[in-house]
Amino acid sequence: MATLKSNIPSGPLATKWENHKFSSKLINPANKRKYKIVVVGAGLAGASASATLAELGYEVHNFVFHDSPRRAHSIAAQGGINAAKNYQNDGDSVHRLFYDTIKGGDFRAREANVHRLAEVSVNIIDQCAAQGVPFAREYGGLLDNRSFGGAQVSRTFYARGQTGQQLLLGAYSALNKMIAAGGVKSYTHSEMLDLVVVDGQAKGIIVRNLQTGEITRHNADAVVLATGGYGNVFNLSTYARGANVTAPWRAYKRGACFGNPCYTQIHPTCIPVSGDYQSKLTLMSESLRNDGRIWVPKRKEDCGKEPSSIPEDARDYYLERMYPGFGNLAPRDIASRAAKYVCDEGRGVGPTGLGVYLDFSASIKRLGEDKVRERYGNLFDIYHEITNENAYQTPMRIFPAVHYTMGGLWVDYNLMSNVPGLFVLGEANFSDHGANRLGASALMQGLADGYFVLPATIATYLAGVKPDQRPKAESAAFNEAEQSVRGGVQKMMSLKGKRTPGHFHKELGKIMWEYCGMARNQAGLEKAIQLLGSLREEYAKNLHVMGESNDWNQSLEQAGRVGDFIELGELMCRDALMREESCGGHFREEYQYTTADQEVRDNIVNPGDVKRRDDKFAFVAAWEYTGTGKTPTLNQEPLVYEEVKMSTRSYK
Amino acid sequence: MKVKLKVWRQKNRTSAGEFKTYESPELNPNMSFLEMLDVLNEQLAVRGEEPVAFDHDCREGICGTCSLVIDGKPHGPHRGVATCQTYMRSFKDGDEVVIEPFRAAAFPLVKDLVVDRQAFDRIQQAGGYISVRTGSAPDANSIPVPKEDSDLAMDAAQCIGCGACVAACKNASAMLFVAAKVGHLGLLPQGQPERYKRVKAMVEQMDTEGFGACTVTGSCEAVCPKSISLDFIARLNRDYAVALLKGDPKKAASGGA
Repeated sequence: MATLKSNIPSGPLATKWENHKFSSKLINPANKRKYKIVVVGAGLAGASASATLAELGYEVHNFVFHDSPRRAHSIAAQGGINAAKNYQNDGDSVHRLFYDTIKGGDFRAREANVHRLAEVSVNIIDQCAAQGVPFAREYGGLLDNRSFGGAQVSRTFYARGQTGQQLLLGAYSALNKMIAAGGVKSYTHSEMLDLVVVDGQAKGIIVRNLQTGEITRHNADAVVLATGGYGNVFNLSTYARGANVTAPWRAYKRGACFGNPCYTQIHPTCIPVSGDYQSKLTLMSESLRNDGRIWVPKRKEDCGKEPSSIPEDARDYYLERMYPGFGNLAPRDIASRAAKYVCDEGRGVGPTGLGVYLDFSASIKRLGEDKVRERYGNLFDIYHEITNENAYQTPMRIFPAVHYTMGGLWVDYNLMSNVPGLFVLGEANFSDHGANRLGASALMQGLADGYFVLPATIATYLAGVKPDQRPKAESAAFNEAEQSVRGGVQKMMSLKGKRTPGHFHKELGKIMWEYCGMARNQAGLEKAIQLLGSLREEYAKNLHVMGESNDWNQSLEQAGRVGDFIELGELMCRDALMREESCGGHFREEYQYTTADQEVRDNIVNPGDVKRRDDKFAFVAAWEYTGTGKTPTLNQEPLVYEEVKMSTRSYK
Repeated sequence: MKVKLKVWRQKNRTSAGEFKTYESPELNPNMSFLEMLDVLNEQLAVRGEEPVAFDHDCREGICGTCSLVIDGKPHGPHRGVATCQTYMRSFKDGDEVVIEPFRAAAFPLVKDLVVDRQAFDRIQQAGGYISVRTGSAPDANSIPVPKEDSDLAMDAAQCIGCGACVAACKNASAMLFVAAKVGHLGLLPQGQPERYKRVKAMVEQMDTEGFGACTVTGSCEAVCPKSISLDFIARLNRDYAVALLKGDPKKAASGGA
């Protein structure tokens, strides 16, 4: 069994982070430059961490599989970033952001981590404004805000519909500054394929150069993974095509525990699937729900009609009806499930029947088309490019799609995994969003981890490691890891089977969406585990990779990533099967509120809402690898709430 | 629908390249251009031929990874979109579609349709930032920025760093790319202290990388997926001229404890 020590500081919640920083160890400036830190990934978390660690004086080596550190998928985040600035004077505070996030995560996140996130949120906005991030402003020159799901205050900062891009370019500019200063060495087109563990501690990585196929070793005093989420296990998702789980998965196989893998976010507002050839789904920012109203026809018979011909009283604005308190701004998991319910009833719209309307006509009437264009113009443009429809004139059609994974490698309060020396940031860790992430919180977490948390916590680990004592890249553990990577590549090249990596990925995605998607049940999950086991075995025999291994080879890259996804899919299904409750984005059909429940009669929740079982499942599931095809070991970290009472989540 | 594809194939930088012609399989007009290439590649792999290498990632027009010159135009037939946002309904059944890489001396070829655009990163490293240490920033509302300036800065900041401007330019100039960053930071109060140092350093690095000179033909603006305006090049030229006139700042007298 792995040892899971959460290292949550003692004392009152509001002062934990302050006290922890004070009691954390420091390293003197002359010694900092003797420590070498490998950072994998250059999204918000990786770029901000690399830049900040280098500013502090550490020797940083940053690795990305992209051609440039500016390409990570943080760049595609549209709507905004939350911060408890209370610039709008609407009653926001650190405590309110903390509480909204804990509640939004359905009481499955760690209290102390979430409070820290809310505390540093205000510093992030300051940092980004100083870097020149062109946030939206009011005419007086001060920063503008909008509201997002799961909150009743306006605390979201934004840069048109391209907030992620602007924040990432800010972090990239900080990274560039430190590359120019010699503090960071940047490796592009470099994919991490293994973690090197020496005497139980993370001491380096093995990397394949995607242009030349060269495999190299990189030793370090600490390794930081900031490699994003694993939603591409579903094949179709809003992730970039290259997004993958390989780095965390290889770390998992080297002993790092995987936390809550089944917690997946299905985003309610994406453009519906249109055909089998499709390679990705496109998100329409949640910010659209500020001014758009979601509806389907009340009667099935109306579904095929022109939306404009359906009169007001024949429309069902179902979120406003079911959750009058939050209406169209209900949290993502709730809005997605509600869309699924109305489509299951046969009231979905569009050619596939899997779609609902997001209608701006009321806002256009109220604000004018120009104002709507100013707020969301680029989103309307994207919608037009993909669907060839003008959403100023006819409602958008949307449907839920995989968007984010709350699960990830298990980390303690210092963001260190159970393998000492291995730190995990951003979406790649499990820590802050519980079972459901609120909108505009991913950007906040990525930058919090990279700019403010890791730079303060990593010193405690490094202070226990003598400078200049890191294992040599020629040592046995590096030999073994490199051989294992070479063996893996050779095996994929030599199979010469009949099915391409893309073919396997499609099949994997179908299994995952069918049995481990928006609704899950015991029989389905058991079946999925069986199907995925067979898929894994077939993959090991029947894979077909074209080209050569010592050359640019996208087929080979994809093959490695898909192989890891198949194994991860199995773990996700095991986790979902084990968790016999519903919470946030994890919906087990067996555990939902019905009209027989008091909470439904008291009008706290609706029938069909998720039903947690705090007596049995108020814990983090941290899975430990025991061998391919073998049942992994479940470790539990109990969730102890000191400040907040776990209650039934109500948005009515 | 079906199209005939004329695709540039080149094993690597040192070997010679050539066009190869492929018949596309049956296509759906709602497919994206890159999905069409996915389908072609699946077909090639099944036939035992090596798939066509092409760059792509987010497939929603924001990461700047996708490139491709389609029928002579970087990012294809439409204004203001990237290749990944180009759909097959823009072509007719039976069309011949020519696909080439972004060609420029400063973008050396990697394979087939993939080129190396790291020169862009090096230009940014030369000065495309505001030097602010983490944790040292004042409250975000302590420096008001006029909305007009902030909006204009955002127009420039939208650049996705794809390199289409270079591919379209007869001189392979990177002026629009550099101008976008210089314009974005130069319009904001936070960017003022390093404004002239920045423009000089970035322009010098652009020249070192081997990008050509700008003769303001405007082909860059025409193909830019974010429709970044040529006006930013005028701003860059002005700032660059001022920077040259100002000369390098005098070295501070040495001293200290």
